Parts: sequence; C-alpha cells; structure tokens
Amino acid sequence: MVDHKISRRSLLAGTAAAGVLGVTGFPARAEIAWKKYSGTKLEVILAKGPRGDNLQKYIKEFTELTGIQVESEQIPEQQQRQKVVIELTSGRPSFDVVHLSYHVQKRQFEKAGWLADMSGYLKDPSLTPPDLVESDFSAAGLQYARNDKGQMLSLPWSVDYFILYYNKELFQKKGVEVPKTLEEMAVAAEKLTDPKEGIYGFVGRGLRNANMAMWTNFYLNYGGEFLDAKGNILTDGPEAIEATKLYQRLLTKSAPPGVAGFNWMESMASFTQGRAAMWIDADGWAPPLEDPGASRIVGKVGYTVVPAGPKGQFSSTYGDGIGIAAASKNKEAAYLLCQWVASKGQGARLLQAGGGVPFRNSIVDDPEVAKGVKTKEWLQSVIDSAKISKLGLPVIIPVAEFRDTVGAALTATLSGADPATELKKAHEQFRPILERSEKA
Amino acid sequence: MSVITQTSPAAAQAAAPEKPWRRPSYWPFVVPALVVVLAIIIFPWLFTIWMSLNEWKVGAPTTFVGFSNYLRLPNDPRFIEAVGHTLVYTALSVLLPLLFGTFAAVVFHQKFAGRGFLRGVFIMPMMATPVAIGLVWTMMFHPQLGVLNYLLSLIGLPPQLWVFHPATVIPSLVLVETWQWTPLVMLIVLGGLAAIPTEPYESAQIDGANFWQVFRFITLPLIMPFLFIAGMIRMIDAVKSFDIIFAITQGGPGSASETINLYLYSVAFAYYDIGYGSAIAVIFFLLIVALAAVMLYFRQRMLWTETGSDA
Repeated sequence: MVDHKISRRSLLAGTAAAGVLGVTGFPARAEIAWKKYSGTKLEVILAKGPRGDNLQKYIKEFTELTGIQVESEQIPEQQQRQKVVIELTSGRPSFDVVHLSYHVQKRQFEKAGWLADMSGYLKDPSLTPPDLVESDFSAAGLQYARNDKGQMLSLPWSVDYFILYYNKELFQKKGVEVPKTLEEMAVAAEKLTDPKEGIYGFVGRGLRNANMAMWTNFYLNYGGEFLDAKGNILTDGPEAIEATKLYQRLLTKSAPPGVAGFNWMESMASFTQGRAAMWIDADGWAPPLEDPGASRIVGKVGYTVVPAGPKGQFSSTYGDGIGIAAASKNKEAAYLLCQWVASKGQGARLLQAGGGVPFRNSIVDDPEVAKGVKTKEWLQSVIDSAKISKLGLPVIIPVAEFRDTVGAALTATLSGADPATELKKAHEQFRPILERSEKA
Repeated sequence: MSVITQTSPAAAQAAAPEKPWRRPSYWPFVVPALVVVLAIIIFPWLFTIWMSLNEWKVGAPTTFVGFSNYLRLPNDPRFIEAVGHTLVYTALSVLLPLLFGTFAAVVFHQKFAGRGFLRGVFIMPMMATPVAIGLVWTMMFHPQLGVLNYLLSLIGLPPQLWVFHPATVIPSLVLVETWQWTPLVMLIVLGGLAAIPTEPYESAQIDGANFWQVFRFITLPLIMPFLFIAGMIRMIDAVKSFDIIFAITQGGPGSASETINLYLYSVAFAYYDIGYGSAIAVIFFLLIVALAAVMLYFRQRMLWTETGSDA
C-alpha cells in the first residue's frame, strides 16, 4: 500500500514540471530541460545513513529522467567529513556533488569557497521546478545554506531534531508518567532503573565528541547560549555546569555500564533490546526501532519532544545539505541532481521512511505526505520539535575541536570528575583555539 | 654470465695500466635508489618540517610563523597527557610481550608431541588484521554483553568496565597488544635459543645447577641480544600503535587512551591544523629516535656478554 503510494507520488514529483503542472492546470511555464545533460557522469560522496540510502535507492529514476549517470558512495560520517575536506583542499575533488553536515562544516566550507553558488540555478526555470523556491525552506535551513552575502551555496536536505524515545512497556510496568521536564526525566530514569534485571532508565551518548549533540539539549534548556555578542565561547557558565550535572546524574545513576563509550549505535542497541527505558537522540531512528528484524520493542516505542528545562524548551537542531563542488566541471548536471534530491518526491519518501525530515515546509505540512508516514507519533514529535528548534552547535570553524574538548570534559564527569572543574579546564583549552581560528 | 665474469677482471687488469685516469664509478648505480629515497623519505620529511614552521590550516592561506607551533606544545595539556599515555602504553606493551614471549619460547624450545602444530596456533594472532582484532575485542570488552565479564563471573569476580573506564582503558588495550605480539617475541627468542651451544649446559649439569640457575645464568645472558632486538621492534611498533587503539576506543573514554599518534591524527585530519600537526609529528619522530638510541646504547653495553659469534 504505502510503497505504491510512494512510487506514484515520486513519479509525479519527479516529472513535476511536465506532469503535475500539466494535470493541475498551472499556466505553462518553461519546462525543465531534463535531458540536456544526458550522458554526463556525476560522482557523489555521501555520509552513511538514511539520507544516503534514500538517494541510492531511487537514483535509477533520476538516471531514467535525465540520462545522467550517477556514481555514489556512502562513507561513515566522521571519515566522510575528513575525506571531503582533504579532497576539496587538493583543488581536484573526485566528486561533483557533496553531502555536507551544516552543523560541522558550514563556516569552514564558506570560508574556503569550496561550494558553487546555486542562486542563479535556483532562478533558472530550465533547471528548477516552480515549486522549489528559497522561501519554502525553513528558517534554520536557510540560515545554514546561505552565506553572509545571501548566496545559496547548497540546498538544505534534511534536518535532525533531537527527540525523546521511550519504551512504553517499561513505563507502564513501573507506573511512570512520560516526563515533561528534565528534572522529572531524571527522577523517572532512576525509578525505571533495575540493574538486577539489566534494565536502565536512560541511555544516550557518552562518547567524547558525539555526546555534545545530546548534551546541548540540556544546555539550551538550562538557558545556555554558545557565544556572547563578542564571539566568546560560554561553555563554563552556570548553565553549562547545571546541564553537565544533569548529564552526569543521568548517565552514572541510571544508564548501562560502559555508557562512556556509547555513541548512538550502542545506545540504540540498548534501547532496541528493551534494556533502556528512555533515549534522547536524533529523529532518524524510527525505521530501525520499528523493524521487527532489528528491534524487540516494535510498537512499544513512544516518541516525544525533549523535556523542558528551567529556562525553556528547545530541541537541538542539526542539518545536512547537498552542494556542488566549486571545482566540478558538470555544475548544471550536478545541480539537477541536487534539486532532485531536495525535491518534494524524494523529501516525502525520506519523511515517510522515518529516515529524516526535509527542510521544506511544503513537504512536512502536506497532509497527503503525512498519510504515508507509518509512525504517526513520530511525525508529531518531529512537528512539535520543529516549533522549538534551535541550532545545537555554535556556528564556528573549529567545531570538531569544540566537540572534542568539551565532549572530553563531559565524558570525564562520567567517571566521577567534577563538572565545574572539567568545564573550566575545557574552556581554557578551547578559548585560544577559537580565537586563533577567528583571527586567521 | 659466466663468460663476462671470467673475462671482465682480466680485461680490467689489462686495461688498468693503459688508462690510469679512469676510476671506477659507482654513482650511476646508486642513483635509482637515491632518487627513491629522496622522493619517499627525505622529501616528505623536509616538507613536514617546513609545514611545521607554518600556520597551515586547511582552507586558509598559510603564513610562516617560525617555531610558534612548537611553542604551543608545552602549553597544550592534551599533548602532555598524550605523551604520558604513549610512554605508559609503550612500556607495558614492550615488557609484557617480552616476558610472555620469552616464557613461551622456553616452553616451545622443549621437545614434545604436537609442538609444530601448537607453535603454528600460537603465532596466529600475529597474522590477523589489527582492525578486525579491534572489533572482536571491542565486543569481548562489552560490559554487559562481552565474554570477558562472563568469564570473570565464572570465577566470582565482579564485572569490569575494561576499555570503558579511564583507569582500565590502557591496561585493557595493552592486553590486546600483548595477545597479538607475544608470538613475535617468541619467534625471535626461539631463534636465539636454537643458536645457543650445548656445552655451557653440559658443564652446568655437571656442576649441579638447577633449572632456574641454568635459565638465569646461561640461557638469559645468551639470549639477551635477541631480547634487545625483540624489545626494539616492539618499542617502535608500540610507540606508533594506532590501528588497535583507534578501532577500539578512538582515544577514549574522553581522552584517556589518546596517544601522541591519535592526537596527531585528530589535529591534522579532524581539526585540519596541518602546521601544528606537523610539529607534533616532528617531535614524535624525535621521541622515537631517542627511545631507539637508548635501546641501542644499552645493547652496545651488553655486547660483552656475547660469546664470539655475532648476533
């Protein structure tokens, strides 16, 4: 049923200009010259994950539509980021189209001028369908994709909100309510923890660097901001200390042993085995949680927004985009691929598979698309998160160092170190790095 | 071939008085090797040193900054910690394989049934791919699902956190390193044992030495040169160790198992600070050279224990 629906919609969207507009009676406009670059060969480098899967699964349709051959490879995220940067630095990247993580790479890519400007292509009706306009992207997406001059250097592809996953069965067994605040969450986690049974109330990232993505949810909800008006980093203030105390409490009192080495994968393993009652992570994990082959808790998962802190309720937001290497010789063909990736059809598929949330409002708000989403509760949590979304990392160049340095401090608290001391140490270490990078 | 070798010395002798100005030139034959060495060893080194003298960030223009990258090192707590981790890790992963390797060599030097087969089994860890080893051990270390904690529980010991706790992470990694490289030490020492003459043992037997005395005063001094070679190979390997640590902990938890090599990797390829990374690489290289020199010095001092034949 669902498959059928998806393929029909994508077919319509894929041939948007020719098909949908003709049928729905829009005034005839210049059509997209799909076949103009037929025979071109494109190389695409992707970060491993549901976004990349979604592209590779349907890429044949794009080739049929355009005659453009696409070679794509998926590489694990961390390695992909490194490989991309090294290749771009060489001036002769092996790829035309690049999948980038805005929250890590935005500033770096802009400063180095590695991406081609798409603004012109976006206005060209022979390359862009009329429904793809900048104003359709959410504010966060535009904030990510545009540079200081207002040029679009990439198309926002998929946004990640952090949400709270919980195991309904374990909650019922212990008679615990779904927490509305972080404090309630910590208390609930302690109630749900039962080490004799091997059950823990909470699981999440303890691994250095990766843990920052979860911790910032606490930090933002305790009223933290990353940078002051002068661009100084603020991660040793009282908000950071309170957030870290909560982090320490959750992961030492009610999380499985060894959590200091957990990234999302290990956390998900605990959660899908029914050994953890709550998990805060990015919104893309509904498919494995609801897959009977990989999960023991199919149909028992609750999805909701991250609980509120004393100073507000935010969902840490991260995002991916797709852009064209400035050094590519096939920019127009590459753009055709990018806009296909960001098209309504592909976006709807991504959302319906639960693998990510498109940045385009017209997809997320479309009731027709929503009908095809299997897990309604998940969709609701995502829509609610969108309303409280806030960038989860500072927009600076040395993001990797920031995550490593403060992340190491967080991990250290898991073996008993004092949050305030560790954060102060990390702060002293990171401040000169940031100053140097902004000066350069 | 034989014709040439027969005739050429004669021809050279005959020609020598006629052309006294012609000296044999070896240089053309050295050139290919020289070019290769220059291209793949000398040039990268000079280039690394050059990079270390520049502020060189990926995606940004480079500027010459003299020694300021080096001056950052003593004030970088992560680097200082990494040096400490490297030294501890190296010391343990040299000593333990030497100890167990020597023991294993003495055992496998005895004649018993199935020795050849068991030797083969024993050296198998050496043949495995480090990353695959890393992944397997990661699973074995898992605090909830790993087999190591299960084994501990069988003998009534409480579960450990292994690589997931800062205090136990380096010993746990050394365990893997020891498991993998003990066989190498064993092979080298076995070679040494095979080369020892039997006479000293015979006279010791006549003098009534017990097993321990024979080992302590005959075997050990005689295999000492081999132990030094094994120790040096292990030292250079351990100090540079990357794959196992990266595959199992990536330097974590926190930065508790971050050695210089891992830190260097992060600086150069995750923070893209090529200049600073190069400075670390240069210092790291000097450290390895220094450690190797110390080992060589001690080996030279031990040489008097060698009996005639050169090791």
